[in-house]
Amino acid sequence: MISPFTNAALYDANMNRHVKIGSARTLAQSHFRTLRLGTPFQPRIDALALTNDWYNWAGYRAPHSLWDEELEYFAIRSQAALFDISPMSKYRIEGPDAEAYLDRVTLRDVTRLKPGRVHYTAWCDDEGFVLDDGTLFRLSPTRFRLCSQERHLPWLLDSAIGYEVSVEEETEAIAGLALQGPTSFAILRDAGFAGIERLRVFDLADFAHDGAAVTISRTGFTGDLGYELFVPADKALSLWDRLMAAGGLRGIRAIGYTALNRARLEAGLIVANADFTTAGHAIRADRLRMPDEIGVGFMVDPNKGHFNGRRPIFEARAKKQLRHVLVGLEIEGNIPAEHATVYCKKSQEVGLVSAAMWSPMAKRNIAIASLQRPYGDRVVDDLWVEIYALRELRYQKLMKRAKVVPRPFIKLDRRTANPPADF
Amino acid sequence: MKAWDAIVIGGGHNGLVNAGYLQRAGLDVLVVEKNDWVGGAATSRELTPGFLYSNCSYVCSLFRPEIMRDLELPRFGLQVISYEGGAVFTRDGDYLANYRDHDAHRREFARFSKRDAEAYDRYSRDVTRQCRFIQPLLMRTAPDPTSFKPRDLGELLYLGKKFAGLTAEEMALTLRFWTMSISGFLDEYFETDVIKANFALSGIIGTALGPMSPGTAYVLLHHYMGEVDGSVGAWGYARGGMGAVTKALAASFKASGGTIRTGAEVERVLIRNGRAKGVVLAGGEEVHGKLVVSNADVKRTFLKLVEEKELPDIFLRRVRNFKIRGSSGKVNIALDSLPQFPALPKDSPVYRADMHFTDSIERMERAYDDWKAGRWSADPFLDMVIPTTLDPTMAPPAKHFMSCFVQYAPPKIGGRDWTDADRDGFAESVVAQIAEYSPGFRDRIVHMEVRTPREIEAEVGLTEGNIFQGELTFDQLLFNRPVPGYAQYRSPVGGLYMCGSSTHPGGGVMGAPGRNAAAEILRDLAKPTLHMSPAHDVI
Repeated sequence: MISPFTNAALYDANMNRHVKIGSARTLAQSHFRTLRLGTPFQPRIDALALTNDWYNWAGYRAPHSLWDEELEYFAIRSQAALFDISPMSKYRIEGPDAEAYLDRVTLRDVTRLKPGRVHYTAWCDDEGFVLDDGTLFRLSPTRFRLCSQERHLPWLLDSAIGYEVSVEEETEAIAGLALQGPTSFAILRDAGFAGIERLRVFDLADFAHDGAAVTISRTGFTGDLGYELFVPADKALSLWDRLMAAGGLRGIRAIGYTALNRARLEAGLIVANADFTTAGHAIRADRLRMPDEIGVGFMVDPNKGHFNGRRPIFEARAKKQLRHVLVGLEIEGNIPAEHATVYCKKSQEVGLVSAAMWSPMAKRNIAIASLQRPYGDRVVDDLWVEIYALRELRYQKLMKRAKVVPRPFIKLDRRTANPPADF
Repeated sequence: MKAWDAIVIGGGHNGLVNAGYLQRAGLDVLVVEKNDWVGGAATSRELTPGFLYSNCSYVCSLFRPEIMRDLELPRFGLQVISYEGGAVFTRDGDYLANYRDHDAHRREFARFSKRDAEAYDRYSRDVTRQCRFIQPLLMRTAPDPTSFKPRDLGELLYLGKKFAGLTAEEMALTLRFWTMSISGFLDEYFETDVIKANFALSGIIGTALGPMSPGTAYVLLHHYMGEVDGSVGAWGYARGGMGAVTKALAASFKASGGTIRTGAEVERVLIRNGRAKGVVLAGGEEVHGKLVVSNADVKRTFLKLVEEKELPDIFLRRVRNFKIRGSSGKVNIALDSLPQFPALPKDSPVYRADMHFTDSIERMERAYDDWKAGRWSADPFLDMVIPTTLDPTMAPPAKHFMSCFVQYAPPKIGGRDWTDADRDGFAESVVAQIAEYSPGFRDRIVHMEVRTPREIEAEVGLTEGNIFQGELTFDQLLFNRPVPGYAQYRSPVGGLYMCGSSTHPGGGVMGAPGRNAAAEILRDLAKPTLHMSPAHDVI
């Protein structure tokens, strides 16, 4: 009988213990001393971090605020704000089958995404539950970059079986910046990125920077005029300095997440694991969501071939088994309804607010909420939110009327204007 | 002559939990313990001056917090301290650590495989889902599937509803979990040998099965469903060693009026007209009780303490065939200084965590091959901790207690009993393995306690030295544990109950069998159980 263990090298290896390998692997051991990494921009951000108000973004030390979260928000809406997006998960997907592969794993029709374009998309597990949403950049006919909140390498690799495509995680290798706000275009032009005016919304192009290339796309998470820039990590600081120098006279400011989060809510954009629980993390089965249940059903393309989750998604649609719906709410008054319970007729619990704020741009009290159908879907009358406002150690309980409204909550012409204006 | 309301045989943690609950229900309870100390497999003894060992069990997670609260164990000195992660040393001079920080954990795995680093989230999600399914079953008596009593039907319905509440994918996973090998299960998530070995250890601890044997995936789950103060899956040290658990239980029991007799070995259960009436101690003394609860394992209870003629054939046969195979040993070491591991950075938190040297599933399986051949493993699997890096009470400053759980060690060596020479050879396999990764280790040793299955059985009373009082395979779980038809802590002998880890939900320092048995006994006596706080919600 042949032993199941044909690996005779095992015992030989015993002879060679303590042969230290000076490889990248052993050099990387020291990471345990730095639980929150700095991004490639950290020296610049640290220098501006007057509040020292940090949070953990995917293992990185990221700022909630840098000097004043209110004023940082107004920098987005009035001048230009620089926000470090380096901790986002980034995957480089390349090969002759890259388009077919991505068409198979994501919801939208990737064959219609032209080189030099970006689209917002989402992807599901085999049960049709959303794993994440993110942006897909088509850098060339055969090369893509997928950016997302969560990590997906095992899933992307497993899905690649049978395709001539390579998937590589490049989160650390590539630094990212969002430059958002009315003067963002003028800053890039003044910084010498010739031809930047030709970028329309969701366009991308490579520009020369410091002996390398920076990929600039007209995209963002604010609903405003804005761009995202990706460079090799070792060119990060020179890029930062170039933008800051060019933006000095146009009000450029670095900002933290609190300000950005307000802007994204006004833009009606959702955040994974804040507005819905991703299938990769959901422990309770009833927290799983199909695309139609988090407001991204529009991405599902019935005209394209097989994609992950196709059968269960269309089955749920046909059998009307969709249980939830994500809606924009406008709530009376001005008290933010964050994490408030939503009621029908002030009595029946029908959902939860996941994000809420007083919108300075809309001058309205806005919110994103997940409701149990038919509420928010067919039944939209007589909806209320119960706000527990903690004021000096007492809850002031308010029952406020809520109205389902379309997202985005604000629409800014400057976001899409061509060519973009100076402010 | 005095007749106690209840006599508990064996002062292990389950016996003391059981006695504590019965005493607090108003019964007059006696615990008889053969050793001169209580604790069973949760003891801390000072065998060399200044050093306190955790002689058998050495880490704490499964012990139910409801019990700690009900029996006021903190008041009697129990403190459980979470510890930090762990590591597997690799043969090329590196190591793979587990860090408590989620991102550090991912980065550490990414040193070996970026893919596996990101696969950890899905693995941990799936394991958590399964733990949440099983955890609520721990503190409930398993239903008798053949009974039509409303309570059994209700419990069956509860189980069925819980199962039906799972998604199709989760149901499939549950069945796989209960039947698969841990190696096969890990293959579904990870590709790197050392990462699989890192997780597989929880699937084989205390089990006479290898990582490739079906059924070991469940054993992993059993090690994951504990908690330290709400941090599910975390493990900690009992301050003062695991003996602190039983010390607190004994103090609590005595404070509520209970009586413990140590140095009192039970020779047999006194049975008259098919009913337990007390126990006969070694030396012939009869102690009378209205009921008897055995904390001993099912084999010891029914094959040694009860006469065969008192038991139905089929029950006896099943008890004889109950799998309680010895698979592990223990080496406790007093050290005059902290051992150094050149592979580890000097400031590594791994020194305060559990350490292992088996860096592949194949090596684990080979260690198991030795067990099958009736030998201790030449290249054993060690679960090694140095509790004194966190607990200042167990050794003088700068000196350390090291606990090594060692697998595999068969109950017999080539069919014959262990000898002292075997024991020394077994100890040498352990010391040699550690010394390979820690130069100068031997010179630090002040004292060593070596416990093969022979010593564990002789001292603690665990048949074959099996730490779980019976293997945790699916054929021996729920209403099949220990024997079909007798899974509700009662036995064929009237008034004789079981409360040890041979019963549902099984082994580990959990206390749930002791508590569940107390609930059944009080039910039979029609006594209230208001002093038992309900099992914590799993929401």
